[in-house]
Amino acid sequence: MTTRIVELRRGILKKNDELAAGLRAGFANAGVLVLNLVSSPGTGKTALLELTLRELKARGARVAALVGDLETDNDARRLAASGAPVRQINTHGICHLDAEMIGKHLDGWELGGLDYLFIENVGNLVCPSSYDLGEAIRVVLLSVTEGEDKPLKYPTMFNSADAAVITKMDLAAPCGFDRETALRNINEIRPGMRIFETSAKTGAGMEAWLGYLAEQRAGRDH
Amino acid sequence: MHELSIVASIVDTVTESAAAYKGARVVEVRLRVGALASVVEDSLQFCYGIATEGTALEGSRLVVNVLPVVMHCVPCGADVELEGVQSFRCPKCGEPCFDLRQGRELEIEAIEIDEMDEVEEKR
Repeated sequence: MTTRIVELRRGILKKNDELAAGLRAGFANAGVLVLNLVSSPGTGKTALLELTLRELKARGARVAALVGDLETDNDARRLAASGAPVRQINTHGICHLDAEMIGKHLDGWELGGLDYLFIENVGNLVCPSSYDLGEAIRVVLLSVTEGEDKPLKYPTMFNSADAAVITKMDLAAPCGFDRETALRNINEIRPGMRIFETSAKTGAGMEAWLGYLAEQRAGRDH
Repeated sequence: MHELSIVASIVDTVTESAAAYKGARVVEVRLRVGALASVVEDSLQFCYGIATEGTALEGSRLVVNVLPVVMHCVPCGADVELEGVQSFRCPKCGEPCFDLRQGRELEIEAIEIDEMDEVEEKR
C-alpha cells in the first residue's frame, strides 16, 4: 500500500461559478442589467420590487423578474401585477437560488429585449452569499424592524453586496430604529457601500434608488 | 444550511479524482475555507459522515483549514490580515479596506489516498 497526496486545488462550487460566468457574459452581451436581491424573509424584497417594476415600466424601461421561494407562486403573482414578465422559481426546500436554476428559468426569454432583470433570492442571509447567479449587482436589504446589528451578524452577505437598501423606513420611528448605528454597521462591514433608505408604502427614497439603477444601467452600456 | 450540497459536491469531485488511481482508498480530504465562506465546520463534518457512506470516501477524514480574511490596505500599501469579520478596517492604520484578497475560498486543496501496490494487486 502506498500513500499518496494528490493536490486538487479545485473550487467546490466550481460548477456553479462556471455557469454563473456564462450567464454574466450572456447578460452583458444582451445589455441587460441584472440585480440579485438578498435579505432575510420578510424584509420587503417583493414590496420594493413591486414598486420598482411599476416605476421603471412607467418610465419606459423594459423589465422582468425571477423570484425564488421554497414554495408558492404568491410573489410572482404580486410582481406580475406590474405587467412585467415574471417567473417563479420554487426550490422545494433548497435555501438559495443557484446559477443552474436561473439558466433554466430564462428559457425562451429574449434578454436583448430587456433593460433590467431582477432576481429576488430566497429569503436567507446565509446560503445565497455563496452562490453567484451571474448578476452585475448584489443588493442586500435590511428592514428597520430587524435590528441595526444585522450587518455584524451576517458579515459575509453584507460584505459580498454592492449596494444596501434599508426598507420600511416609514416604521423607523415606531420601531425606535437607530439609523446612525445601522449605517455605521453597514459601513464597518462593507466600507463605502451605497446605501438607500426606502419605504415601499410611502414611496420615500424611491427616486434615489431608481436613479442608482439608471446610473448603473447607463454605466454599463457599450 | 447548504453544507449538505457542498459535501455532495466534494464527494463527486473526489470520487472522480480518486478513480484515476487503481484500487485507491481515500484517507483524507483537505479543504481551504475562507472565514467569509459561509460554511460551518461542525455542519460540514456532520454531513460528511452521511454523504460519504458507500462511496470511495467512506471512513476518510475531513480536514478543514480556515483562512483568515486578507484585505489590501491602500494607505499602508500592503495586504493585511483581519482579526475577525466584524470590522473591515486595517488593523495597523484603522482605515477602511475595500479590496478583499482572501477569505471567500471554498476549495478542495488535496486528498490523501492509499494506493494498491502492483504486488498486492497480483495476489
